[in-house]
Amino acid sequence: MNSAMNSAVTPAIEIRGLTKNFGQAEIIRGVDLTIAPGERHAIIGPNGAGKSTLFNLVSGMFKPTAGEVRLHGERISGLPPYAVNRRGLSRSFQVSSVFTNMTVRENVRCGVLWSMGQKYAFWKSVRASRAVQERTAEILAMVGLTDKADLPAALLPYADQRTLEIAITIAGGPSVVMLDEPTAGMSHSETARAVALIRAATAAKTLLIVEHDMGVVFGLADRISVLCYGEIIATGTPEEIRGDPRVREAYLGDEAGLEAAQ
Amino acid sequence: MTDTALSPALGPTRSAQFRDRVLPFLAFAAVLVAIPAFGPSRTWLTLFNSMGINIVFALSYTMLLGRAGLLSFGHAVYFGLGGYLAMHLMAAIPEGVWGVAGVFALPVVGFAGGAVAGAVIGWPSCRRAGIPFAMISLGIAELVASAAFIFVSVFGGEEGISGDRMKWFDPIAIGGLEIDFTMGPLGDVYWFIAFWTFLATVLMYAFTRTPLGRMSEAVRDNPERAAFVGYNPQQVRYLVFIAAGGFAGVGGGMAAVNFEIFTPENLSLAPSGFVLLMAYIGGIRYFAGPILGAVVLTWMQSSFSAYTEAWLLYLGLLFIVIVMFAPDGLAGVVARLAKGVTAPGAAPRLGRWAGRTVAALVALTGVVVLVEVAVRWSGGYGETFEPFGLPLPADEPITWVLVGVPIALGLTLLRLAATGDEP
Repeated sequence: MNSAMNSAVTPAIEIRGLTKNFGQAEIIRGVDLTIAPGERHAIIGPNGAGKSTLFNLVSGMFKPTAGEVRLHGERISGLPPYAVNRRGLSRSFQVSSVFTNMTVRENVRCGVLWSMGQKYAFWKSVRASRAVQERTAEILAMVGLTDKADLPAALLPYADQRTLEIAITIAGGPSVVMLDEPTAGMSHSETARAVALIRAATAAKTLLIVEHDMGVVFGLADRISVLCYGEIIATGTPEEIRGDPRVREAYLGDEAGLEAAQ
Repeated sequence: MTDTALSPALGPTRSAQFRDRVLPFLAFAAVLVAIPAFGPSRTWLTLFNSMGINIVFALSYTMLLGRAGLLSFGHAVYFGLGGYLAMHLMAAIPEGVWGVAGVFALPVVGFAGGAVAGAVIGWPSCRRAGIPFAMISLGIAELVASAAFIFVSVFGGEEGISGDRMKWFDPIAIGGLEIDFTMGPLGDVYWFIAFWTFLATVLMYAFTRTPLGRMSEAVRDNPERAAFVGYNPQQVRYLVFIAAGGFAGVGGGMAAVNFEIFTPENLSLAPSGFVLLMAYIGGIRYFAGPILGAVVLTWMQSSFSAYTEAWLLYLGLLFIVIVMFAPDGLAGVVARLAKGVTAPGAAPRLGRWAGRTVAALVALTGVVVLVEVAVRWSGGYGETFEPFGLPLPADEPITWVLVGVPIALGLTLLRLAATGDEP
């Protein structure tokens, strides 16, 4: 994923001069970022760097103060979340954000419905479409929740809720997947399983991920951007980021974090 | 009626679906068909007809409160506007044998009226959920009710408008079979009500199984997430609002034919509050909840009001008790009871529940005596509360013993039962 390749194709995501102020506070201060189709891109940075705000800007939850976001060349900044989602960008949430009163299967099906053209239909059963049922079963099987398909989502253990979150995110077959700290709060073995799942679920898709676990970031990402006080101070391959003195200084502070990644 | 059956890859089995989704409706239809066979009196028929109307109304309200999570204080607006439209059309239906069919179809007109009103009023009010939605619904209810008093030509002022559902008086013969269905007698109206109650109930249940119905629950649980699976939460709420308005209008159309009168009272805050009570007391988490609530409250309304002036006070008490101790409503109580009977350790559990029920009833006796004595005393007509021929005047010590002792005894027993439960 070098820059020569990037210029040849339309980027999956192109962020130019993105700025977001909340009142007087500048949270995102002119971010430029280009992500190629199929790239796995991680955003890291200290707490309060603006990672979640950047996610919310790209996914349409917030409107930018200035600048723009393009998805496959089409401007999406300013569009509401559902419109962004319909154009092929899907995201997960930092705090598990599933439909708690529904079963696991219904959760995944909610993720499938729009992409399968069901829209706001009120004249046919939600089970009428064989394609929807099969796609739902397929997603459940892929993430390994088939056994728990008919349990209420609220009763799932934490790690399974995170898995369900990913399942809903990819259910609609998006071309760009954004995951917000998908392994937060997981044990070592759970994290390993989650990474394997993310790899499988986002194969051939563009992935943008915010993550604190450096092991996950350096193992998964093709390229990494370091966000610090609302600005991207470095973008590069894991090796480049590891060796970048500015990153060490600004973000990691000490060697411990980077060594953990090696 | 929930998807809890363990399943193969694609969902619940056919037999589970039949048990959970088809059987309850067959039972419901059987009850509706069986009722006239018992030869109910006119009083009972009147009560059943009101129940049917309220079932449809309460179910339509639950589309908002239970499914979409929208708390409306003005749902009677759609019931009333649908009903008024049906009243006006009833007057326009010509006399003649086809008039019977026209009157029979009036709930469809009610649906159109309620849905159009929902489409117009929902446009601004569905932009926000939560408290803004509730406040706007309250404002609109006031607005429409006061407008109804002002526009006398349409709403008939305080007296309202009345009509006549009888368009044909003679039986007709088709192929030698004499059909004597004129929509005039209460018995005919019962079949009309039963038909539309059943149809509307089936349709509203079916609605919960459609993509829009499922997504309305998704939007209730998590609007942000719903947006990130491609759905516009405002649009989902708006469409559900229109549907709920339409079905409230069906109830209005049924009421127009049944009562043959509509007044601005019908779209005021009072029925809007009553439908909230029916749905909530019945249990908004269960599809059958509002049906149960409508049946119980309609029965209370007609029977309690004959016995006591304070029936609204009892209704309020019931509401508070449900909110505090059984937030899943009467349907939730029934479901827990059913589980309590089948789950292991049933005998001691049921014993505990029975004990508590007795204690609560003892306390309730004291409350009832207090309320009834107080109502008569404040009435100022010198009436005396005489349960079972025992006069209980307000200034006799025996009266206050009968107030104080049961309340104290009942509360003590409840307290003991509660501490006895501590593990």
